[in-house]
Amino acid sequence: MIYLFVLLLLIIGLYCIFATFNLMRLLIGLELMIKAVTLLLINVGYSNGHLGLAQSLVITLIVIEVVIMVVGAGIILGLHSYHKSLNTKYIKLLKG
Amino acid sequence: MGAWFILIPLLSLMVISLFSQKQMKTIAFWWIILLSLLQIVLAIAVNGNFWNGPFPLINFEIFADQLSRLMLLSIGIVLFSTLLAAESWIQEDERKFNFYNILLVLLAGMNGIVLVKDIFTLYVFLEITAVASFIIIALKKERDGLEGAFKYLIFSSIATVMLLTSIALILLVTGDTSFTGIAAGLKASASSPVISLAIGLYLCGLFIKSGLMPFHGWLPDAYAASTSSVSLLLAGIVTKTVGVYPLIRIVYSVFGFNSPIQNVLLLVGAVSIVFGALAALGQNDFKRILAYSSISQVGYIIIGLGCGTPLGMAGAILHLFNHSIFKSLLFLNAGTVKAESGLRNMDQMGGLAGKMPVTGATSAIAALSTAGLPPLSGFWSKLAIVIALWQANYHYYALIAILASIITLSYMLSIQRRVFFGKLANGLENIKEGGLGPTLPAVILAAIIIVVGLFFPLFINSIIFPAGSIL
Amino acid sequence: MSKIDLIILIAMILTALWTVMARSLLRAAIGLALTSVIVSMMMYRLNAPLAAVFELSVCAGLISVIFITTISLTQPLTWSEIADHAKRRMRRFWLLPLLVIFTAILVLVSGVNFSLPLPSPEVEGNVRNVLWNLRPFDLLGQIIILLAGAYGVVILFREIKSK
Repeated sequence: MIYLFVLLLLIIGLYCIFATFNLMRLLIGLELMIKAVTLLLINVGYSNGHLGLAQSLVITLIVIEVVIMVVGAGIILGLHSYHKSLNTKYIKLLKG
Repeated sequence: MGAWFILIPLLSLMVISLFSQKQMKTIAFWWIILLSLLQIVLAIAVNGNFWNGPFPLINFEIFADQLSRLMLLSIGIVLFSTLLAAESWIQEDERKFNFYNILLVLLAGMNGIVLVKDIFTLYVFLEITAVASFIIIALKKERDGLEGAFKYLIFSSIATVMLLTSIALILLVTGDTSFTGIAAGLKASASSPVISLAIGLYLCGLFIKSGLMPFHGWLPDAYAASTSSVSLLLAGIVTKTVGVYPLIRIVYSVFGFNSPIQNVLLLVGAVSIVFGALAALGQNDFKRILAYSSISQVGYIIIGLGCGTPLGMAGAILHLFNHSIFKSLLFLNAGTVKAESGLRNMDQMGGLAGKMPVTGATSAIAALSTAGLPPLSGFWSKLAIVIALWQANYHYYALIAILASIITLSYMLSIQRRVFFGKLANGLENIKEGGLGPTLPAVILAAIIIVVGLFFPLFINSIIFPAGSIL
Repeated sequence: MSKIDLIILIAMILTALWTVMARSLLRAAIGLALTSVIVSMMMYRLNAPLAAVFELSVCAGLISVIFITTISLTQPLTWSEIADHAKRRMRRFWLLPLLVIFTAILVLVSGVNFSLPLPSPEVEGNVRNVLWNLRPFDLLGQIIILLAGAYGVVILFREIKSK
């Protein structure tokens, strides 16, 4: 049953990434997907009996995800100082 | 003992950060040169017992076989070339210092990827390398670099979510995350839809990370938008370590070769070869054409892997090594041309061979090796892959590989003609050859291509077949 | 699966929907923090207290602070432009709740049931034991990535004021 809700959260995050034009919402959608995977890992540990392993994996995962979000926010700040906007319609300079 | 290769870059970074930049500039440069040379020497000279020995106090589980040693050798060679080239290409001192520091993190991450034997620790080091790549692409903080870094971030993180979902599903079935544990668990419950979903998701995640078609959206932008030293690193070793090496390791050691996996690998490899080569034909930017060429050559590696026979594996691994050498050489020369003339658009170049003899000659050697002309090293690896495909009755795929070689030859020759031969374009009269920094590694890399090609019959029994058949 | 779990999970989906479909970015960031809190509650219900507290303090705290800081530093639109933009973006996002409900009904009706032979439960059940003694490589990885992140912050955030 929880697997269904994890799948729904993944769909919500994926839809957010594909249907937005704002760079910040890309990071928010990514964050939702990673939360879904975190819940999936804990649930797997719960049904398996391997909760110790699952929790340590989740702790490492959360640390890594924070660093990625910080670097992403840094890049967004840099892009904003050039373009003065966060809309990807204006930032698509590179083709291909 | 192998864990030192991850710990030493980390400790060096901590020590370097303690002192000021003025004191540490030259020390940092020579220390990383020393580390890369040490890695090259130890990867060739010392056998497995040195790497697998225990580590005092802490229980690090390192696992280094022939394939890992070959990857360590490639990492060392490309790092050495990047250091020598970046010393003269990067002008501002502060940016150069930051570049060397992030290079240490990248080295720790890549060494970690090739030395682990646990699927989750592999993911941790994949992310370390990815974060270091984002920072290093965005280092110059120009508009293009930031945009390329962000695109790479999004694609890489979507691939990460796929990898993690797959790891969670594998954990559900096997209860373990080490390679041997997973292999045993997968054999116990072989054909259930959960496992097929997990394997499919994992392969898709790695395809995105290696930049194979149709998941290649980030690759040409990230390669072309970064500075010359960074694209040299990315194309030369980072994409291969992050995407192709885990594919080889996981498919061989963990998932095993069964028919659906082989078909997927063959199909994706063939699509990448053909469409990468066709896309490269229509480009005018020097770096972008090399980026599409990289997609095409990585397709060769995957199609050799999908073959399943020892000869195919040996050909794929040899092509991995060859590609890191000759693609690094090509990007090195592209960087030299950009540094001396400021140009990347090939329509504005011409006739540079007279002014830059070393760059022109080494670029010609790398171009012919990419196209697979004998007796250079690229010929042997492509021959091994084609023969392996033919022997395994994949005749159509072998024909595709041969035909794509012809397309590769044509765009490589067109690069040579447009950039180096012909008459000198306007405004380029004052160009001189790049300094010692870029030309010394170019000569060394070209020498490696020629030596591996000429002495191949000597290598074939001692290095290549053991690497291919037993791993 | 008691009723409380079901309520928590449905609340999680509702806050996630609100995060994606919210008008302004600030509300989206607050919605993300709320979703983190609810996910953390679910993890506590699944007998994983350490992971729950980590998720609560890091994701609902640190990441929300980072996002709200970034949003505040990059807020160019005037209020009329935001209202204007909100009408247009509803056209793109109205599909999402329907998609969610449709997928839920599809999965529940088809009644997929994976019966898998589960492996034996683990011998050492303690997170601290696993993390520090059995998986020291992951800890080393965390240290390296934190150093890299700190370096990245110094490099990327430094020259913003001089532009």
